[in-house]
Amino acid sequence: MAMLTVENLEASYGAVRALNGISLDVAEGELVALLGINGVGKSTTLKSIMGVLRPTKGTITFQDKDITGRRPESIVKRGISLVPEGRDIFGTLTVEENLRLGAYVGYKRDRYRADLEEMFTLFPILKERLHQAGGLLSGGEQQMLAIARALMGHPRLLMLDEPSLGLSPTMTDQIFELIVGLKERGSTILLVEQNAERALDIVDRAYLLANGEIEHAGTPDEIKRQVNVASVYFGDETDGDSCEVEQ
Amino acid sequence: MIDLEFVINTLSLGSLYALLALGLVLVYGILRLVNFAYGEYVMIAGYAIFLSATYLNAPWYLTLVLGVFAAIVVSYLTEIIAFRPVRTKSVDALIVTSFAVSIFLQNVVLIAVSPRAKPVPLPSFFSETVEVAGGTVPVRNLLVIVVTAVLLIALSLLMKKTVVGMAMRAAADKFTTTRLMGVPANVVISTAFVLSGLLAGVAAIFWVSRSASVDPLTGTGPLLIAFICVVMGGMHSTIGAVVGGYVYGLVFNVLSLTLPASMVSYRDAFMFGLVVLFLLFRPAGIIKGGYTEERVG
Repeated sequence: MAMLTVENLEASYGAVRALNGISLDVAEGELVALLGINGVGKSTTLKSIMGVLRPTKGTITFQDKDITGRRPESIVKRGISLVPEGRDIFGTLTVEENLRLGAYVGYKRDRYRADLEEMFTLFPILKERLHQAGGLLSGGEQQMLAIARALMGHPRLLMLDEPSLGLSPTMTDQIFELIVGLKERGSTILLVEQNAERALDIVDRAYLLANGEIEHAGTPDEIKRQVNVASVYFGDETDGDSCEVEQ
Repeated sequence: MIDLEFVINTLSLGSLYALLALGLVLVYGILRLVNFAYGEYVMIAGYAIFLSATYLNAPWYLTLVLGVFAAIVVSYLTEIIAFRPVRTKSVDALIVTSFAVSIFLQNVVLIAVSPRAKPVPLPSFFSETVEVAGGTVPVRNLLVIVVTAVLLIALSLLMKKTVVGMAMRAAADKFTTTRLMGVPANVVISTAFVLSGLLAGVAAIFWVSRSASVDPLTGTGPLLIAFICVVMGGMHSTIGAVVGGYVYGLVFNVLSLTLPASMVSYRDAFMFGLVVLFLLFRPAGIIKGGYTEERVG
């Protein structure tokens, strides 16, 4: 049974239509990817699910509850967490304060302490940087902090928006390994990626977006049979972002 | 010529202005709104002191508490009633709304109380003086320094040690992301207005004590000063606002001492000139903040 179901979702930025009826679902324990090149509506879909953007049409159901058009804070309470594109670390807050805000919903002191220790095991670098300002971390460290911050809230569904964007190849490997690890721990994950080839290696199912619509859907094998992923979606020539390397 | 009396008077003026500027910048940091109704919170506090002393015969300490409380309540209510409905619209809508709130509050007291100035009774020790290192200093001036120091320490503890404080700092940096942590937007914004009202209310005690009276236009002075301090100190950080307040106090007192007698009454013109220079050559203010210009959505 699906944990998250999105049906005929439409959304616009002012007069510009960004989503033309997206339907997708994610089952508990699944790792699902939303793929496509820049500007096809991947982030918009996540923002609509999260309540940051109010959909103009369609429904979003999470654990049998209609959450369409609810406020972000109430959606977070229900158990969805988004690691935003560009990481969005609170640069003026310390690493610890970032993590503390991640644990804002349902905060319990004992659990918070235990969760912190768990994050230090997952991301040892965060322990070293605990009292530094988040803005002083490198891109990769910020991505780790953003994921850790989201995990502190014990989300039932974790949504990651382009976690590898702007990271070095080594760091990208680490992030993908981490996603696999999280899935093995039982997390349900909706992953947005431009790096379709990499993503298809690790996910259970994927949706391919183009022009605000789902073009293809299925298991990685099915997707690979339907389209030439490398040429169309990996976008070696067209995707300028993949050249942006940050240590 | 730099004697202790000058230092104390400068610190006291700077403290008052720092309180005023901080109250303005707290709301700006979160909502990106220059709240032009801010001065009215000072005015309302003045009227609350006047009314509670005149009609309730309340003792002086109670009148002061009621004054601060009134500023907090009015600040909170303006957020709920006036700003919240237009919050997701444009910044222009927010600014125009703040003018509307300002005009509305001025006219409420004008009609309900009187267009004429009303006396604000303050405890007699406010106007007494003490000898400090050979100079005479009003008790009021020492009091404002102490009260400001206590408030600044309390506020910085609140911002650093409490989750609400962390959430406010986070929201001033990235508002939407803060909501993605599950922090309710309304809580953060309401807290900012409550703190803004608190600072305006405390500042009001010392502001009205200078003339010992309040009238419907009492709020224009504090608003203007807070605005100037914030432009000089920096719009994007609370530290900037405090620095701006003390810098204003210092420059103003230096001008008072150094200008020839015939020009002393033009001190304000010099201050405005200074603001123009800041806007031309250092528009970010003394303390540049790292905040993004994200709008509340």
